[in-house]
Amino acid sequence: MKTSKQIGKSVNRLEGYLKVTGAAKYAGEYDVPDLLQGYIVNSTITKGKILEIDESAAHALSGVVAIFSHNNRTKLPWFDIMYADMDAPPGTPFKPFYNDQILYNGQPIALVVAETFETARYAATLINVTYDEEPFETELAAHLDDARDPKKGIATLIKPLPPSANGDFEKAYNDADAQYAGEFIHGTEHHNPLELFTTTTVYEGDGKLTVYDKTQGTSNCQIYIANVFGLHYKDVRILSPFVGGAFGSGLRPQYQLFLCVMASLELKRNVRVTMDRAQMFTFGHRPQTIQKTRFGATADGTLTAINHTAIAETSQHEDYTEVVVNWANMLYPAKNTLLDYKLVPLDVFSPMDMRAPGGSTGLHAIEATMDALSYILKVDPMELRLLNYAERDVSADKPFSSKELKQCYLQAAEKFGWANRKSEPRTTRRGNRLVGTGMSSGIWDVIALPAKAKASINKKGKLKVKSAVTDIGTGTLTVMTQIAADSLGIHIDDVTFEYGDSNMPLSPIQGGSYTTGVVGSAVKAACESLKKKIFKKAKKMNNSTFNSVALEDVVFEDGSIYLKQDKSNFVTFKEIIADNDGKKIKASKNNIPNVLKLKQYTRAAHSAAFVEVEVDEQLGIVNVTRAVTAVAAGKIINPKTARSQILGGMIWGISKALREETLMDHNLGKYMNTDLGEYHIPVHADIHELDVIFVDEKDDIINELGSKGVGEIGLASMAPAIANAIYHATGKRINKFPIHFDQLL
Amino acid sequence: MQDKNSSNTTNFSSNSNATKVQLHINKTTLHLHVMPWVSLLDAIRDHGKLTGTKKGCDHGQCGACTVICDGKRILSCLTLAVMKDCSEITTIEGIANGEVLHPLQTAFIEHDAFQCGYCTPGQICSAIAMLEEGKADTRDEVKEQMSGNLCRCGANTNIIDAIMEFKDKRNE
Ligand code: FES
Ligand code: FES
Repeated sequence: MKTSKQIGKSVNRLEGYLKVTGAAKYAGEYDVPDLLQGYIVNSTITKGKILEIDESAAHALSGVVAIFSHNNRTKLPWFDIMYADMDAPPGTPFKPFYNDQILYNGQPIALVVAETFETARYAATLINVTYDEEPFETELAAHLDDARDPKKGIATLIKPLPPSANGDFEKAYNDADAQYAGEFIHGTEHHNPLELFTTTTVYEGDGKLTVYDKTQGTSNCQIYIANVFGLHYKDVRILSPFVGGAFGSGLRPQYQLFLCVMASLELKRNVRVTMDRAQMFTFGHRPQTIQKTRFGATADGTLTAINHTAIAETSQHEDYTEVVVNWANMLYPAKNTLLDYKLVPLDVFSPMDMRAPGGSTGLHAIEATMDALSYILKVDPMELRLLNYAERDVSADKPFSSKELKQCYLQAAEKFGWANRKSEPRTTRRGNRLVGTGMSSGIWDVIALPAKAKASINKKGKLKVKSAVTDIGTGTLTVMTQIAADSLGIHIDDVTFEYGDSNMPLSPIQGGSYTTGVVGSAVKAACESLKKKIFKKAKKMNNSTFNSVALEDVVFEDGSIYLKQDKSNFVTFKEIIADNDGKKIKASKNNIPNVLKLKQYTRAAHSAAFVEVEVDEQLGIVNVTRAVTAVAAGKIINPKTARSQILGGMIWGISKALREETLMDHNLGKYMNTDLGEYHIPVHADIHELDVIFVDEKDDIINELGSKGVGEIGLASMAPAIANAIYHATGKRINKFPIHFDQLL
Repeated sequence: MQDKNSSNTTNFSSNSNATKVQLHINKTTLHLHVMPWVSLLDAIRDHGKLTGTKKGCDHGQCGACTVICDGKRILSCLTLAVMKDCSEITTIEGIANGEVLHPLQTAFIEHDAFQCGYCTPGQICSAIAMLEEGKADTRDEVKEQMSGNLCRCGANTNIIDAIMEFKDKRNE
């Protein structure tokens, strides 16, 4: 059987069969014996103290097994550090049931455990809580004067704070021939993966637990649970084979995990705790952010001055930050810059990374400002980007490891038919609707982290590769299998990739578009190391033709080792293992990125989105009728699944620009639209023609695969392009997301 | 009436309010004793152990729980199990013919019409029953008729591509 190269091939998702037949099991679907069901009770006040929890009516119900709260919780560690997970921002992590203090509306305060789900749910409604309420603050816009610099911590390492000012911004801005200043307002958003957060614990006795959890990091949850409950790491096994979407919401252990584990350890029983949809709005979210821009350019379109400031909310207990204002000067080499990012602590839960965190917020401000400038300068919007194209990242004074953004602009523009565009706004109609087109650039950084993988080959010539990483719908299983197949030179059907299990080699949490590069490189490294071991054995075989041959002189292909010079000389992996008494050959590799080399470059994926909208001014309805996004993200391992990632990102862009927002009643400090009927995301009827182009890009710097990841980049450029197209259609520049019909009437 | 395939008798609660319900799911009869407030979704998932049907909201707002009941697509989270006594129900586990996938399932795989896969069972059940309704012919009509099934991953265009391909082949 001839093995063709798998990397670059549109392999169908390997778990596809399981997903279309309903056989794929998610965290809340494991059939464990004598399972108890938990239901969570949340605070109905925003700040203050719990005076009393009256559980009598709930306890009286038959089938209720236990009720937990701060009054009877397990003994917990005092030190904050024990609650810090891999993604904890600087500050004090939230500690469920720690004491009587209420920090935010919706805080979990009690857990009812019962024999059935229905009983637990009903009993939860019978719990009566009295509080001592305190005044609270939840409105960002009312507290801009309180904005302060974020605290620094480990998280700031991969989320750098803004670079210091360059040149003399104020002078350059005043001297500029064209200026645009804008204020951009973004509301809160919640991830809302379709699967509800859920945990099933299997109590194995002796402080041992097997936990099925919805998470983006099995290792992260394992460490967290072991630390908080004083268990041995090896006694906590977290499994997360299928994850029904996450988008960042699973980067940190969520409170249902804590509660489920506590109940399981206390009761020595198997327990399941599932959030309901409203509870999905009671933890991390994309923070409200208010941004201001002032960009100045010379008459010929050269950008000379960039001022971008952002003020975002955080909680009172943690300083969550994201990279919002660093992008403009990476994209456009203006000499005078003034960038600032500040936080306002409010009485809300800590915000959390949500797909393209910071980038999707900041790029809207940057790219709408560039668009506005293009109209003032009477330069085509794409032309303005090309005029200010950065061949080097002046903000860090470093070269790019690779950058094919120009090709993104050109190829997407070509496919979209941008050349035929009338530059004047409000000049095209289709029936009673105004038609407009707009474009935007996109950028997302490439993160390198260490990861470990193990590889082994058995007597049947089957390769098994393992990593603790999850697959949240990104196609990780398929992509890792492709990488492993090519790395060892073996048919893809002979490869199994095992994942989603904290017993497997340590992987960072899955996010930031880095999983393919980071875990993929570890998989490759483990296979390379396995190759060496296989080759060593091959050399030791009787009458081996490889006796005096070096590794450089052979190729690994079709499950065999061939002599490069003479392909008729080969030995199969199966023969080698048979000679090894049928014993597996194993290798394990901890892949550590070469930080010194990486530091010399700015590493980023780029994109360009072109969008057409129709706006019905009588009804205020906006329809994204077609869009093209071109992406330069290095090597694309699987064009089919990568395309789906970009399409998903584009749809998130439509959602961000036009649909989703969690609205808060600031009198109550409570989110109001906490269900999928009121929290709007696009439905099938809202989605029209979407096109994706992958631009060729070669990158030898970023990682062994040259792959940059595609999870966020599709979103980054989409939302601003929609806002710009709406301006072109209507002549109205709306800088508040989501753009609602009332702003267009 | 005892079906010859009948397998499962679940005594869900000792409470005397529990009602006997017979659900014919995927050609197997499930005998349940359920409290009247148990949703069809929870009956299928927790008592029938058929977890292919998903719970995304429990409020009739996402479509993840769609099953085909007496030939019509319904939201099982908005249906009480006791309302469907003796009904014929098809869940995602009953769509394929044994090991052989239904052509729509194959089309979903080919078009990469899912990412996390959590909306997928609902999308597939919904689409099959939707085409039987005969209200949708054009792509726009299919999109409209499928709009009760949300996909947070944004697999929308691939989902509609898969449905259209199946629909066109079926009509050939
Ligand atoms: S679970 Fe039934 S519609 Fe969402
Ligand atoms: S595939 Fe994840 S919600 Fe549709």
